[in-house]
Amino acid sequence: MRPSDLLTIPLDDWVNSFVRDWLVPNFRPFFRSLQWPITQVLNALDGLLNATPMIVLTAVLAFIAWRTAGRSVAIFTIIALVFIDMIGQWPETMTTLSMVVTAVLFCTVLGVPLGIIAAGSDRFQAVLRPILDIMQTIPSFVYLVPIVMLFGVGMVPGIIATIIFALPPIIRLTNLGIRNVRHDLIEAANAFGSTRWQTLWEVQLPLAMRTIMAGLNQTLMLALSMVVIAALIGAGGLGLTVYTGLGRLDVGNAMAGGIGIVLIAIILDRITQALGEARQMRRTSLLQTLRSMISTAGPGKQTTERAG
Amino acid sequence: MKAKVEAKNIFKIFGDDPKSAQNMLEEGRSKEEIFEATGLTIGVQDASFAVQQGEIFVIMGLSGSGKSTLVRMINGLIAPTSGEMLVDGTDIANCSPQQMREIRRTKVAMVFQHFALFPHKTVGENAAYGLKIKGMGAAERRERALAALEQVGLRAHADSYPDELSGGMQQRVGLARGLAAEPEVLLMDEPFSALDPLIRSDMQEELLELQRSMKKTIIFITHDLDEALTLGDRIAIMHNGAIVQIGTAEEIVDKPADDYVAAFTKDIDRSRVFTAQSVLSPAEAIDLSKDTAASAIERMEQLNRDAIYVLDGDRIAGTVTYRDLTASMRDNGAALSDAIIADYPTTKSTTPLHELYPLCESGLPIAIVGRKGRLEGIVEPQAVLAKVASDSDEAA
Repeated sequence: MRPSDLLTIPLDDWVNSFVRDWLVPNFRPFFRSLQWPITQVLNALDGLLNATPMIVLTAVLAFIAWRTAGRSVAIFTIIALVFIDMIGQWPETMTTLSMVVTAVLFCTVLGVPLGIIAAGSDRFQAVLRPILDIMQTIPSFVYLVPIVMLFGVGMVPGIIATIIFALPPIIRLTNLGIRNVRHDLIEAANAFGSTRWQTLWEVQLPLAMRTIMAGLNQTLMLALSMVVIAALIGAGGLGLTVYTGLGRLDVGNAMAGGIGIVLIAIILDRITQALGEARQMRRTSLLQTLRSMISTAGPGKQTTERAG
Repeated sequence: MKAKVEAKNIFKIFGDDPKSAQNMLEEGRSKEEIFEATGLTIGVQDASFAVQQGEIFVIMGLSGSGKSTLVRMINGLIAPTSGEMLVDGTDIANCSPQQMREIRRTKVAMVFQHFALFPHKTVGENAAYGLKIKGMGAAERRERALAALEQVGLRAHADSYPDELSGGMQQRVGLARGLAAEPEVLLMDEPFSALDPLIRSDMQEELLELQRSMKKTIIFITHDLDEALTLGDRIAIMHNGAIVQIGTAEEIVDKPADDYVAAFTKDIDRSRVFTAQSVLSPAEAIDLSKDTAASAIERMEQLNRDAIYVLDGDRIAGTVTYRDLTASMRDNGAALSDAIIADYPTTKSTTPLHELYPLCESGLPIAIVGRKGRLEGIVEPQAVLAKVASDSDEAA
């Protein structure tokens, strides 16, 4: 005697008919149109990265790494990129980089505002939280099929799958960062007549920036971990190298792709982590960040000056 | 004279159904009874006060007395359940959000207990915060922020970050931030409580010094009666959300309204609260041109005094003692002028009693001198002791 003897729930049929018979015929054009901005950003980035000579791009990335994370990370960046080029993975790496950056860009654009709203409304947070839990725990293979049905195959659907997977941390940590801003500072901002926007911009976001950057870092890492899975639905780059290597039992090729992913991951992780360090907490405006990147003082110098 | 800030029958009840608690209050139930019956907390009950332009008004009470709640109703951070809070005649409780912001930007600034400085902004940017919020240009607000920092002696630290400063310096920045917007009313919520005692008294001195030139209307919250007595032109004492007494420092120490206030004032240093004015006696001076040694002795016997002041026209010639005069009389009729002691103790009527102690040493009455050196009265050394001692005897 089992419950299924009494009643069986045809969940699979329901989902099938919901997706196939209702969602796809009715909303396919709508979902297709969602791809447009992603396509634009991806193409622009991909074009830019592939058009830039390898030497120039390496120099630029090393410079960014030097300004944000210090000399050792910069040296590592140069060595890693030269190595990637030597093992013949440069074009694939650029494709992966543009994919990941596009996905992270859209995660930020969506995630930070959602996190801000969640920080301001307990009710919104209560609704959002289980959705984020589902997004993080559901195996990505489960939503690959409906994504293919709605968006087709290719780079952009791969990026969309990546966005779904990588979005939660930046929302969660933006929410957390803003909620953790000291209450008396908010009160002080109010007492001087700040509007909600002014409080957000002048006090909450700068003070939450460190936590938000930690969220960005996690989002970036999750996005990188999706590149192989995104290759299953037609995304190119290093993921595809690994995937085809796997299919043909070509261990060498799969390993080359895998090393490329790991090296890119380390570089991006170090840079974004450094952006979230204490020093950055104070230099929060984009202009100031840029200014500090080009100013003559290295990142270590300012902190020691302050300590002394 | 119209009050700058006026509270009329302010109630604040925290919880969902404030009306029921208010009805119970009107029935005369206590804060604890209401909390037990309804779960509602009475923050402030029936508080009324009026603060005049240019006055330091201290609201004193222990934690939980509702003083912080009350002060936050002056700039609308907390809305009263009922009653009116008038700032320049505008009822804060019925302001639109725009009006409220305007009042906070231009009229009422606040200084916080734990400084509440923005850690990501420099000292200069912190001081300029209120001005930036108003939309003032970068150059002008920097200049005004520096001027405000100058007032509190921190101009040189404008480009430091708050965490590089000591507690006392941080609160000066808090004060500068409040002053930079040139508000008419300054709310200070226990601004010095988080500081060391020595720094605290320095800051009190400095605040009084600043106030002499600023003449702002200051509403100052504290749980420290000594601080209240030092700073306050007038003091309101709160207990369980209600104001139990409003008065000057002397009134509160001299005539406590109830046992609660009396218990507070019992241990304070009375010699710092009372001034020479409170123990002033009429001078009953004699005149050098009219009186003789004999009439001086007669006068002292009449008044039952050991010494008396001698005037030469409007000028104080000095003082003569009974003992000197009777001695010189025995040695055969010396003149009054020969017995005059020119080195007499003197002070102003506003001097606190504790500063009179050294002057009492000579045993001579202290001359209280007003403007243009006029003799306003005298203070007998015994009277000083009697005033300082009086109520502590009763309490014991």
